[in-house]
Amino acid sequence: MASRLTQQNRAGWLMAGPAFLLIAVFLIIPFFMAIGFSFTNQRLVSPNPTEWVGTANYERLFGIAVLTLEAERDDEGAVRTKDGEPVFPSLRSYTRNKDDYPEYYRKRAWFSFGRGDDRRTFVLATDVVFLKAVRNTLFFVVVVAPLQAAAALGLALLINRKVRGINIFRTIYFMPVVISMVVVSMLWRFIYDGQNGLLNTVLDLLTFGWFEPVDWLGQTSTALPSIMAMSIWQGVGFHMIIWLSGLQTIPASLYEAARIEGASRWQTFRYVTWPGLRNTAILVMIIITMQAFTLYPQIAVMTGGGPLDSTQSIVFQMVERGYGKQDISGGSTISVFLFLFVLSISLLQRWLTREK
Amino acid sequence: MTLERKTRLIGLYLFLGFIACIFVLPIIFMVMSSFKPDLQLLSDSSSLRAFLPVGDIGVDNYRDAFSRAPVGLFIFNSVFITATTLVLSLFLASIAAFSFVFIEWRGKSVVLAIIIATYILPFETVAVPLLLLVNNLPWLSTEGVTWGWLNSYQVQIVPWIIRALEIFLFVQYFRDLPRDLVESARVEGASWFQVYRRVVMPLSGPVIATVAILKFLEMYNNQFIWPIMVVQEEGLRPIMVGLLYFFQLNTAWGEIMAYLTIITVPVLAFYLVLQRAFIASIASTGVKG
Repeated sequence: MASRLTQQNRAGWLMAGPAFLLIAVFLIIPFFMAIGFSFTNQRLVSPNPTEWVGTANYERLFGIAVLTLEAERDDEGAVRTKDGEPVFPSLRSYTRNKDDYPEYYRKRAWFSFGRGDDRRTFVLATDVVFLKAVRNTLFFVVVVAPLQAAAALGLALLINRKVRGINIFRTIYFMPVVISMVVVSMLWRFIYDGQNGLLNTVLDLLTFGWFEPVDWLGQTSTALPSIMAMSIWQGVGFHMIIWLSGLQTIPASLYEAARIEGASRWQTFRYVTWPGLRNTAILVMIIITMQAFTLYPQIAVMTGGGPLDSTQSIVFQMVERGYGKQDISGGSTISVFLFLFVLSISLLQRWLTREK
Repeated sequence: MTLERKTRLIGLYLFLGFIACIFVLPIIFMVMSSFKPDLQLLSDSSSLRAFLPVGDIGVDNYRDAFSRAPVGLFIFNSVFITATTLVLSLFLASIAAFSFVFIEWRGKSVVLAIIIATYILPFETVAVPLLLLVNNLPWLSTEGVTWGWLNSYQVQIVPWIIRALEIFLFVQYFRDLPRDLVESARVEGASWFQVYRRVVMPLSGPVIATVAILKFLEMYNNQFIWPIMVVQEEGLRPIMVGLLYFFQLNTAWGEIMAYLTIITVPVLAFYLVLQRAFIASIASTGVKG
């Protein structure tokens, strides 16, 4: 008996060992390395020994200060204006003065808002680009996750019916999923082009010439929304299939009962379909959120973070630092932050959609 | 069929067709443009000719793309990396799952729990420290032991072999297999490896197809961020990173479209032939809920 157990132990470890070793070396160990490096000044190659720097990396990423300034006044006490706008003292006198204003030292203006005619509040940050990347990524997740999930559910409901040839449409809707996001991004760069872009052409044809051409990726207001639309186009078929397999687990007898009760289409969806999709909904939201948080190839291929940092993303910044500047500690700090984000969002989603 | 039903059906088909256009027209545009000279490509894009094979059609773009960049080498690299990873992944994931499901060994529930927990660890969160790690790993070659994996095939293969999802899919599938088959083979004196090879794997066609397709898409389509970080030598780069080549020139769109078409058409053909298996494999990622 004992020998049989040892023999089983040996067989078990032998068979599972290689897979476990690979996961440990290439996922688990680097994960803990990321946490460790985020408290050091580790670089990829450096002549100087690595030092422990405490939370300095985190402070640099999240250093924020608020500064409210009074508008400058002339000798009579009236607000001095230029082009109709009040003039404020230079921010540099605060951000370059370590002795008098250490809390503002080396920070840059992130954004500002006016308070009355003569006061303006400036939000200063040590790492403005990173904070913009966080804001953009959150914006991307908050828009793409619900929109893509809803669009995918719509498509799933549309093709979950028994009419001739429906499989052809399923095949077509799923097609972009098997195309690389890198390829899709390159293709859509042309579609979004301001001069020869296909999207402008199609909108022009649909509106009989009323539409003014837009340089979709070239302006701050449309660049990120354009990338969102393209990402949904590429990924929606994936989630359509997951919704579809959820739909097919709902027993036909429930629909039969709803029909006999005389339920309307909306009532059938509300009281039969939707409750049956509960677990699928959790899954779809988690998958989309995880994918959206790791937004990268679209940015790298289409905009490089521009224009004016309007499409910076967390992972793009992580690669810029960890690889581009060989700043392993800086990139690792962003990795840890990204992981905490992904973890808390999936915990939050599980909690929100928990069984009551 | 009543008239009302008929009009509703026609309406449904029109709507289905409209949505189909949204998905398929960009792809058609890509393929058509790859056969057009740059000037015509640009002028065609202001009309519906963009989607039609009209005008001066030819394969010049393909010839130019091949002479501009080592496209054949990029294709070889991607196919080699994808195939190697795929085979190793199928073997190591399935044999690990076999031991989790059929063999009682000490520590297996802890090991399985740790593996499943790594599911919420996106690769992006470990990429930067992994860059440092692989830069310091040893490798055994004909020249003896060398240090540092940067600029190699193995750096693009080994870290990608196993993911939690693959083991999980095999575990799920094996749990539904009849245990009697395994028990009786053991009673007849087969070793665990023989049971795995002769009894369990021959019954596992569907899950093998699922894992193979998911792995294929991950390796062929999504290898971008990692090779950019670890492979500077162009001769070792995969096909997606090869695209960076076409950024340097003042966007010769015809060549770019040709390159995109070369990358995409094999995958699309694969998908159209095996679409049931593709869709089943995506659907099976949904069992996790």
